[in-house]
Amino acid sequence: MLSFNRVLAPAIVATTLAAGTAASAFTACQVTDTGGIDDNSFNQTAWKGVLDAQETLGVEGRFLESQAETDYEANINSLVNGGCDVIITVGFLLGDATQKAAQANPDQAFSIVDYAYDPVIPNVLGQVYATDEAAFLAGYLAAGMTKTGVLGTFGGINIPPVTIFMDGYYRGAMYYNAQHGTEVTVLGWNPETREGLFTNNFESLDDGRAFAQNLYDEGADIVMPVAGPVRLGSAAMAAELGGDTIKIIGVDADLFLTDPANGGVYLTSVTKRMDSTVTEVIQRAMDGSFKGGVMVGTLENGGVALAPFHDMDAAIRAELKAELETVRAGIIDGSIAVDE
Amino acid sequence: MNDEPKPAEGLSEAFLKRAAPDRAAMEDLIVVPFFAVVVALLLGALAMLATNVDLATVGRSYVALLVGSVGSFNAISETLTAAIPLTLAGLGIALGFRAGMFNIGAEGQLLIGGMAAVIAGFSFAGLPAVVHVPLVLLVGAMAGGLYAAIAGWLRAATGAHEVITTIMLNLISYRLVDYMLRLDFIQREGRSDPISKSVLGSAELPRILTWLDPNLRLHAGVFLMIAAVIFIHWLLFRTRLGFEFRASGESPDAARYAGMRAGLIIVLAMGMAGALSGLAGANQVSGVLGRASPGFSAGIGFDAIAVALLGRSHPWGVLLAGLLFGALEAGGRQMQVDAGVSIDLISIIQALIIVFIAAPLLVRRLFPWGFRKPAPVAKE
Repeated sequence: MLSFNRVLAPAIVATTLAAGTAASAFTACQVTDTGGIDDNSFNQTAWKGVLDAQETLGVEGRFLESQAETDYEANINSLVNGGCDVIITVGFLLGDATQKAAQANPDQAFSIVDYAYDPVIPNVLGQVYATDEAAFLAGYLAAGMTKTGVLGTFGGINIPPVTIFMDGYYRGAMYYNAQHGTEVTVLGWNPETREGLFTNNFESLDDGRAFAQNLYDEGADIVMPVAGPVRLGSAAMAAELGGDTIKIIGVDADLFLTDPANGGVYLTSVTKRMDSTVTEVIQRAMDGSFKGGVMVGTLENGGVALAPFHDMDAAIRAELKAELETVRAGIIDGSIAVDE
Repeated sequence: MNDEPKPAEGLSEAFLKRAAPDRAAMEDLIVVPFFAVVVALLLGALAMLATNVDLATVGRSYVALLVGSVGSFNAISETLTAAIPLTLAGLGIALGFRAGMFNIGAEGQLLIGGMAAVIAGFSFAGLPAVVHVPLVLLVGAMAGGLYAAIAGWLRAATGAHEVITTIMLNLISYRLVDYMLRLDFIQREGRSDPISKSVLGSAELPRILTWLDPNLRLHAGVFLMIAAVIFIHWLLFRTRLGFEFRASGESPDAARYAGMRAGLIIVLAMGMAGALSGLAGANQVSGVLGRASPGFSAGIGFDAIAVALLGRSHPWGVLLAGLLFGALEAGGRQMQVDAGVSIDLISIIQALIIVFIAAPLLVRRLFPWGFRKPAPVAKE
């Protein structure tokens, strides 16, 4: 946000795009939020959807990073003028700007991650995710793993696509309590008052470090940061303390894979398969079946999931793993409600 | 830099000397910024090459930078839209430089001004636009001015250095905006994140090019920008108050012995600087965003410091520098779309420009011929 910070940020120059040679190539364009395309989680996962489509469908992909929210509208506009066949905007915060652009350009196909318009805009396809279903499993797992009996979470900004993770996490832990008669508490989010810990940005690694440190000081030994790249700060702090003292639960992507440098601190990740929905949107725009509406990713259709445990696998009790399977089946068949 | 014992003050004084110099240093004023921009662009190309961008892409990037900033109606519209708040806030900083004040607080003043403007913008339903828009701008300017006047008053009354106090006031403003955006009467209905209600249609600065293309964002704030440049020029160089500002900036002691009221001048200069930043904030919420949210200042207040330095604290210089930075912002977007080069490069180029402006000796060393015969080079 501060220009001086931006200046100090690593001098990353994005890799040259695999430029399509055919002039008639189908072009999919993406606008990121302020977290940036290389955030290892949110924007990067959505961008992976375009990259996958480049691979499998032969489309051309372009992206524009937003550095500040004043950029959203301008970035979308420059893509409207840039010959894009479909424009994908990544994030709830782009909701207003996307709506405005979609209404001004009714012939342009748009798709937005984490936003559903009501009433539906005919040229916008929303991609939303029942993330609380997967986060419920993470909360259940964390409650079964904690040594201190205290779990922590914090968010980027208090918006529904962030807090839905925290809702599921909290309720999953409470469900574990109800099943086992334990008294695990969750710091950082109260689903009743809708208040909790928020960094109010999706950029500051310092905040990620400080918030995780605060939660650790309050006794939390498993923390789930829901703030895009902010959690890199939390992971670095956890890595310094050692993975045995505090563990991190990742969100969006399988962070064990996208952030291998800190791989040892991730207990698991709550994945939100934006890559597959983005590829699906591009596919639909290409074959002509694109229309406005909503796509929902769930545990059942694989749109959200709990990532593999990787190196942590041995540390998790077999019966806890079995219980997770039962809970997962219960969520899918509706016998366990994640939203109460 | 002289051997000032206190580093913070020494630094800011050195900046001030460069930012508001006397007539004899005039040749420096045009040649150094010109070469600073050239060197920054060259080093930007080197940075790209060093990160495995091939030469053809570097070429395409700079073509895109040019096309994206002046190559179409949309490009020009975007350049001007980005230049408006930078120029307004830059004028405020320049005014402070002239009066001997190093105001780091434009970001906070912009936020406070913008917040006040948003509140005025969504209240007062039923006002006609001819009343509502000026009211919103006025409220924004006043709020920004009052906020900056706190730092001025602290300086005048207690001697607290404005660099420190304005930085602190920036931090306060961030949290204050976070807090205000969660208040019931400001927060948008049905949202739990910090975002304000939208300003009413009657409070929006009208977009002036929509008859060409509905996507053109240029709004009536551009006239405000030009009026502000003319007004500040008149104020600084044609009025007694402006003379007092400049005299205090050049030599506070001489000004005091000449009977000027130092304390009042400090508070007034800071207040006016803050009013311009507040106006920039009001311009953003009323012309571009239509609402406020935590990041709406977008670092404009800090970029404006660079704009004022590059413009050598001269109102017309600030306008040119604001246009250049606006062009970099708009062109940078195109650069990313066309060449796939990260927009972070634009931040690097901006930073390099500031580095070279702040180090004129380095520029002199690099381009000795530019200074022996400054006139022909400057005309290029």
